[in-house]
Amino acid sequence: MPDQSTSSRVTVGLSSCGVAAGAAQVYEAFRREFDERGLSTPLRRTGCIGMCYREPLVDVDTEGLGRVTYGGVTEEQVARIVQEHIVGGKPVEEFAVRMEGKRLPDEAYYDRQVRLVLRNAGLIDPESIDEYIEAGGYEGLTKALTEMTPEEIVDTMKASGLRGRGGAGFPSGVKWDLARQQPGDVKYVIVNADEGDPGAFMDRSVLEGDPHSVLEGLTIAAYAIGAAEGYIYARAEYPLAVRRLKMAIADSEERGFLGMDILGSGFSFRVKVKEGAGAFVCGEETALIASVEGKRGMPRLRPPFPAAKGLWAKPTNINNVETYANVPWIITNGAAAYAAYGTETSKGTKVFALTGKIVRGGLVEVPMGISLRDVIFEVGGGIPDGRKFKAVQLGGPSGGCVPEEHIDIKIDYESVTKTGAIMGSGGMVVMDDRTCMVDIARFFLQFTQDESCGKCTFCRVGTKRMLEILDRITSGEGREGDIERLEELGQQIVSSSLCGLGQSAPNPVLTTIRYFRDEYEAHIHEKRCPALTCKPLLTYEIDPDKCIGCTLCVRACPVGAVSGERKGPHVIDTELCTKCDACRKACKFEAVIVS
Amino acid sequence: MANTAGPDVATPEQLSVVDRIVAEFSTLRGALIPMLQQVQEEIGYLPPVIMERIAERSGVPPARIFGVASFYSQFRFEPVGRHIIRVCEGTACHVQGAVDVVEAVCDELGVAEGGTTEDGKFTVETVACLGCCSLAPVIMIDEDTFGRLTPEQARDIVRNYGTAGDEGGAKA
Ligand SMILES: Cc1cc2nc3c(=O)[nH]c(=O)nc-3n(C[C@H](O)[C@H](O)[C@H](O)COP(=O)(O)O)c2cc1C
Ligand code: SF4
Ligand code: SF4
Ligand code: FES
Ligand code: FES
Repeated sequence: MPDQSTSSRVTVGLSSCGVAAGAAQVYEAFRREFDERGLSTPLRRTGCIGMCYREPLVDVDTEGLGRVTYGGVTEEQVARIVQEHIVGGKPVEEFAVRMEGKRLPDEAYYDRQVRLVLRNAGLIDPESIDEYIEAGGYEGLTKALTEMTPEEIVDTMKASGLRGRGGAGFPSGVKWDLARQQPGDVKYVIVNADEGDPGAFMDRSVLEGDPHSVLEGLTIAAYAIGAAEGYIYARAEYPLAVRRLKMAIADSEERGFLGMDILGSGFSFRVKVKEGAGAFVCGEETALIASVEGKRGMPRLRPPFPAAKGLWAKPTNINNVETYANVPWIITNGAAAYAAYGTETSKGTKVFALTGKIVRGGLVEVPMGISLRDVIFEVGGGIPDGRKFKAVQLGGPSGGCVPEEHIDIKIDYESVTKTGAIMGSGGMVVMDDRTCMVDIARFFLQFTQDESCGKCTFCRVGTKRMLEILDRITSGEGREGDIERLEELGQQIVSSSLCGLGQSAPNPVLTTIRYFRDEYEAHIHEKRCPALTCKPLLTYEIDPDKCIGCTLCVRACPVGAVSGERKGPHVIDTELCTKCDACRKACKFEAVIVS
Repeated sequence: MANTAGPDVATPEQLSVVDRIVAEFSTLRGALIPMLQQVQEEIGYLPPVIMERIAERSGVPPARIFGVASFYSQFRFEPVGRHIIRVCEGTACHVQGAVDVVEAVCDELGVAEGGTTEDGKFTVETVACLGCCSLAPVIMIDEDTFGRLTPEQARDIVRNYGTAGDEGGAKA
């Protein structure tokens, strides 16, 4: 058998989630194994490979065999992969989740995906500009600077139909045109990388996995608009993304893709990274601009829009990370190729962070127009543990929950908005019958209440009143008329808040009332939480017929609330019980009953 | 981190750190936030004496500095523990039971959210989404992330952290 050690290449996914699952140890294990055996097999790193539910992920590319992806790799498995696959030339099929030329069950995760934004994610080393260039990177910029006028770029963007991926879905080409047509020599471009939705990580994965794609898109925008300076405003908690961006900026300056007289075109452009300081409202464009200027990040009234009066009162174009990452692809492949995906009003693809009660959760990119059902059940593989789908939350704190009756809608801006939710930036959290919708509404409202900047009375005080009511309902003290009070307050906040935070803060509450009113009613009238989530509404009891007196629950209870003779039925003292659920988990006979 | 002095007095080292940073940033536009970030990075937190010194040296009015610093949740006015525990309270983690994990961590250490243990070992913070929702619920101690946690595992992790040779990484 031929020695395959140098005809293979090993790539470990080292994004934040990979590292969390132990990928760094797996990487080291390969290093050690290669050293001990004296193998010179190249060992690389990459960003999010996409199958986040199977982390740690390792790709082995072998000449003649193609690409094999191993999932859930442990340090112990590394020796066998090296011995059998890299040395022996035979993939270890039992550890594989994807194999070129053979259909494994997890392939269903990719069937419906179209990866344009994520074209390089999980394939290239994000810290290598050479790998980016080899994958076609900076072709779009080269084409834009050497073959196209700014007007042609704007026209291409308009024709592509790309709409902003930060949430509001404003047509990007139109926005660029507005900034381009403003008088004045000094203009700015900004990347909104503040990713605020507290359950989503699309932008982080793009920045960590393919930072050059965002830089390239930004530079094309700067040329189209006539900006000489750009800023990337990154969320405070994204240290790895910031490090990779800074590295990408330095590397592209060195290669002449940034800086003075880019590619000999006479166009010059510089980029700086600004780190946020922890305020969700700074994702709003006018607040973000205030923050870049070194002020408190408070939104201001629009118009004037940033395109007319933005950073330092100059015309400014601001787009989301994913929006910019689409740009090089569109310029390289043409507007028509992009517009071939999607629906009449929503073109191209959208990246979602598919999470929650889902079998295959991760970063997915699907063409617009696919149904929610297909994303959840085909891409995501449905609900785990034989549970039942209940709702999917789209758009985070500004969005809403879409119930089963609407999951056949197409994913496009208009259809999603009709359900009361919003497309949002791409958070997609799946919930099953054990998720309490009142609790979820309370969760989001708590978040927006904390993050309100305080400028508008209704946003500041109204959300607090709503939260008090929800607290009351979830702790079993809901009153007659609370639902109506929530609806009324919600409407008032929507209509009298200045920025999108306040205007959309009631959405999670209003949509759950709209679709799950019965759950609110059960909490208020029957003091019952149908999903068994709201602790104050639960009671723990032991079924005397099922209890065999094994005493496991007695040992599990941290507060000594369970008592009983060995081999005799046990009882729970409901006064002492803190509803920690430990006894139910400990019992092997399902004798602990929660109601 | 030289955070030994109380909030009322600053050590000469701390003052010279501030002076150096202010000098470095003073010529840049919109530099107040990066300047505060750098000072906090090196001193650990922003007590009033330090902010007053920044005001004095930079010429920015103290009211503006306090105003900006208090607006952003990243800035701390109290010293922090040697290790920072960040418990994720993002949506995915919430749906998978993060509330019980937060409770377990706080109870195990005897602190409230945002608090620091008496021995100064840990500060417990809650954050929204650590970017590994597929491993929810998640906590992070300094740079180490732990995923797919039960409340009991979370207790064990904080109880044993820093006592044995724990390298981190989720035993998911
Ligand atoms: C409260 C609030 C938070 C926002 N957070 C973000 C964010 O984290 N990322 C983002 O790109 N846009 C966010 N936006 C939308 C921005 O204001 C703006 O519309 C967007 O950056 C424009 O870029 P796009 O056209 O490419 O979507 C937020 C808006 C509001 C009202
Ligand atoms: S709506 Fe809320 S967050 Fe927005 S400006 Fe008003 S108070 Fe601030
Ligand atoms: S739920 Fe917790 S506190 Fe209540 S009886 Fe069971 S173990 Fe004890
Ligand atoms: S595969 Fe790890 S972040 Fe997606
Ligand atoms: S919600 Fe906790 S890691 Fe994303």
